[in-house]
Amino acid sequence: MWQYTIKRLIQGVITVWFIATATFLAMHAVPGDPMSGDRAVSAEIRKNLEAKYGLDKPLAQQYVIYLGNLARGDFGISFTQQNREVNDIIREHFPVSATLGILAILFAALGGILWGALTALYRNKLPDILIMFFVILGISVPSFVFAALGQLALVKLNDLLGFSLLPVAGWGTVSHMLVPSLVLGLGTMAYLTRLMRSSMLEIINSDYLRTAKAKGLPATRIFTRHQLRNAILPVVTVLGPSIAGITTGSFVVESVFAIPGLGRYFVQAVQQLDYTVIMGTTVFFGSFLVLMVILVDLLYGFIDPRVRLA
Amino acid sequence: MSGPPTSQDGFAKSAGRQLLLIAVVSILGITLLMLGLSWASSLAGGTRISKGIDAATGTVTLALADEPPQLDSTRSTDTISSMVLGHVTEGLIRNGEGGKLAPGVAERWEITDTSATFWLRPDARWSDGKPVTAHDFVFAWRKTVDPKTASEYATIFFAIKNAEAINKGQAPLSSLGVQAVGDRILRVELVRPVAYFDKLMVFKSFNPVREDFYNGTRGRYGADADKLLYNGPFTITRWVHGAQLRMEKNPYYWDKARVKVKVLDFAYFSSDPNALINLYKDGKIAVAGLNQENLNEALVKRWPINRFQRGSVFYMEFNHRKGRPTANLHLRKAIQLVIDPDEVVYRVIKLPGNLPGRSLFPVWLDGVEGKFGEEYPVKRIVPDLVEARRQIALAKKELGVETLPPLTLLSDDGALGDKLTEYFQEKFRRDLGLEIRIDKQIFKQRLAKMTAGDFDLVSAGWNPDYPDPLTFADLYASWNSNNRGRYNNPKLDQLVAIAQTSTDVRTRMDVFGQIQQILVDDPPMVPIYEPGVVYVVDPRLRGVVRRVAGFDPDYTNVSIVEK
Repeated sequence: MWQYTIKRLIQGVITVWFIATATFLAMHAVPGDPMSGDRAVSAEIRKNLEAKYGLDKPLAQQYVIYLGNLARGDFGISFTQQNREVNDIIREHFPVSATLGILAILFAALGGILWGALTALYRNKLPDILIMFFVILGISVPSFVFAALGQLALVKLNDLLGFSLLPVAGWGTVSHMLVPSLVLGLGTMAYLTRLMRSSMLEIINSDYLRTAKAKGLPATRIFTRHQLRNAILPVVTVLGPSIAGITTGSFVVESVFAIPGLGRYFVQAVQQLDYTVIMGTTVFFGSFLVLMVILVDLLYGFIDPRVRLA
Repeated sequence: MSGPPTSQDGFAKSAGRQLLLIAVVSILGITLLMLGLSWASSLAGGTRISKGIDAATGTVTLALADEPPQLDSTRSTDTISSMVLGHVTEGLIRNGEGGKLAPGVAERWEITDTSATFWLRPDARWSDGKPVTAHDFVFAWRKTVDPKTASEYATIFFAIKNAEAINKGQAPLSSLGVQAVGDRILRVELVRPVAYFDKLMVFKSFNPVREDFYNGTRGRYGADADKLLYNGPFTITRWVHGAQLRMEKNPYYWDKARVKVKVLDFAYFSSDPNALINLYKDGKIAVAGLNQENLNEALVKRWPINRFQRGSVFYMEFNHRKGRPTANLHLRKAIQLVIDPDEVVYRVIKLPGNLPGRSLFPVWLDGVEGKFGEEYPVKRIVPDLVEARRQIALAKKELGVETLPPLTLLSDDGALGDKLTEYFQEKFRRDLGLEIRIDKQIFKQRLAKMTAGDFDLVSAGWNPDYPDPLTFADLYASWNSNNRGRYNNPKLDQLVAIAQTSTDVRTRMDVFGQIQQILVDDPPMVPIYEPGVVYVVDPRLRGVVRRVAGFDPDYTNVSIVEK
């Protein structure tokens, strides 16, 4: 077990190094740089700016410095917000994205498992057809549509009630979190529902379930111990990447609901060619994704003794 | 779905009950978790739910398009930071009512061809109670031209003695032509007469910065609410990055009588127009911009709609470098003759608030007595297909080609990017038989490619730095590094040089009139539109000022009226 964990961690570090290198090269390959502004600057000012950010050095040397800083966990100073460190940006805004993401994934996972199990139980009956209709909708409609609709619904609701039941946008209290996290989790919930349904159906026809029934085990025990627990495995597999995906892909929801998350910086930095923020957020999110995948792989062992590793 | 109960149904029922139990437990769990999270986030700070206008507490809640990236006035370049700085700091002169200048930290001033003297008011104070002195201006100005600061706006100081040499590292910082005579007199030496020097003083780069406080922040000046010193109508009392920027009335401000609200709370950071209008509808913010869909709704609901011309001009610029077909005058003329700004604004853009572009000098610029555009009307170009095709034929002859090579039209991913470039692509192909290759880049890359000269045509624009025609007129001077198409017209250069040094209004305006004519006869660009915005303001809020030069919008004079 320990050996496996260490092996996975080393693989993870290599993956992160690869991400960091690819980001570094891609960023320097595109035309333009963080200093190209609306107003042309004189050659002297440009030189000073380049010296300040170490962009005057050869690329190879910049790369070495960059990796060195990375190893020490120092992402440098933002180009657009010249008095803020990228570490500060991540520290201040990632908790917001994480909160939103965790809630969204909870909604998605619980909803997906429950709805999935329900559809499997009532296969081809009305609840199944109804839920699956919404699942198709949830998978095909992009999140910015849900975000806009969710917000509009809030406006209408508050208008109807005559007072603000739930805030339309902003961040800070539970009431601010509810709708955005639901909206953010909706797509994943739909996807997990479908996954759960098919994996439940697969199990319903399995030999061990028939054996369990033949043994005369109580229905409750069969359902929870044999059916749910086995069916949940594929769901857990996709949960890891989903967590990272949701936490990093919250840009649209953050922007619609005016939430001070990291997603906004992640996207804007690319538009502004803010090298340090691009590298900081990409490497951070990359490491996060890698960590989640490793965690899920380790979690398998607890859920399914068959894949418990020596 | 009825029928005799089977064992399968019994199983489903039992399983259903368990699912229900799981659901109830998980909902309870999530609720508990959310309560915990809300407790944690209230510790970290976040927006509270407040009304757009709260007359009882004198609070106006507003939205910001984005986090202000740089509140260090010696380095700040963007409009959002400008707006925030305009509320919390003040320079020697400020924008007053009706487009007139008003005294700021300076109670009076005297500007000659070679110098400027400012007498500072004794009651101008920083937010820690200490007086604003002439030394604070000297420090800020030196800081901005210091090559180590690498400020993008250092060039705006170049009319001041030695500023250019210092910025190029050829003279010591102390040689800058600005001196504090005692605490209350600021003396500036100029290298050339500047007709608009008083208007320039409104610009944020000329605002004071106090040395001891600046050094005390260890390079983080302006990074947080407590890392900035205020001398304007408001102070920032709370700044949660990306979430809230709360301004409160500054008790040390010398003219605090004109500040009628207690709090300006920028509680939402979003540039999503639909989100903002939803917040407005929900009564959470007092001002919101409108787009096409929202405009119809606003009209139906009879909201008071305001219109504002942002002051900038968008145009299609040509590349004049050797070897570029667009260096040919006839080709430029042909393109000029088919571009119809009316069609672009009313039939392509179709967004309210925009004006068809007629000249590089936008409609708001002042002339001798009235508006520049009325005193010096530009020769209107009527689209003329026959003449345009004749010009194309001439261009082909001069360039010695049978068919013109495809032209590259560079543009960025701005809101109108695709709409306009595709329109022009089709238009030029149909009317002139010109093939256009669209090169779409993000903003910074568009600028980089412009600077490198990697284009034939580019869709670009210009925002004014100060309210004088010169901010547009010198764009195509051969020495201007913003002249990215390398346009070179000696006659225009001469005229710009006159406009830069003359202080006689009539002479200068005549010169700008001639420049305007050159821009039509030998076009470096073809004007397309002057962008505008349409927005709603809560009827209880009065006194929101919009202006093209200086910070915008200006909420310093707003008041709340009860209906």
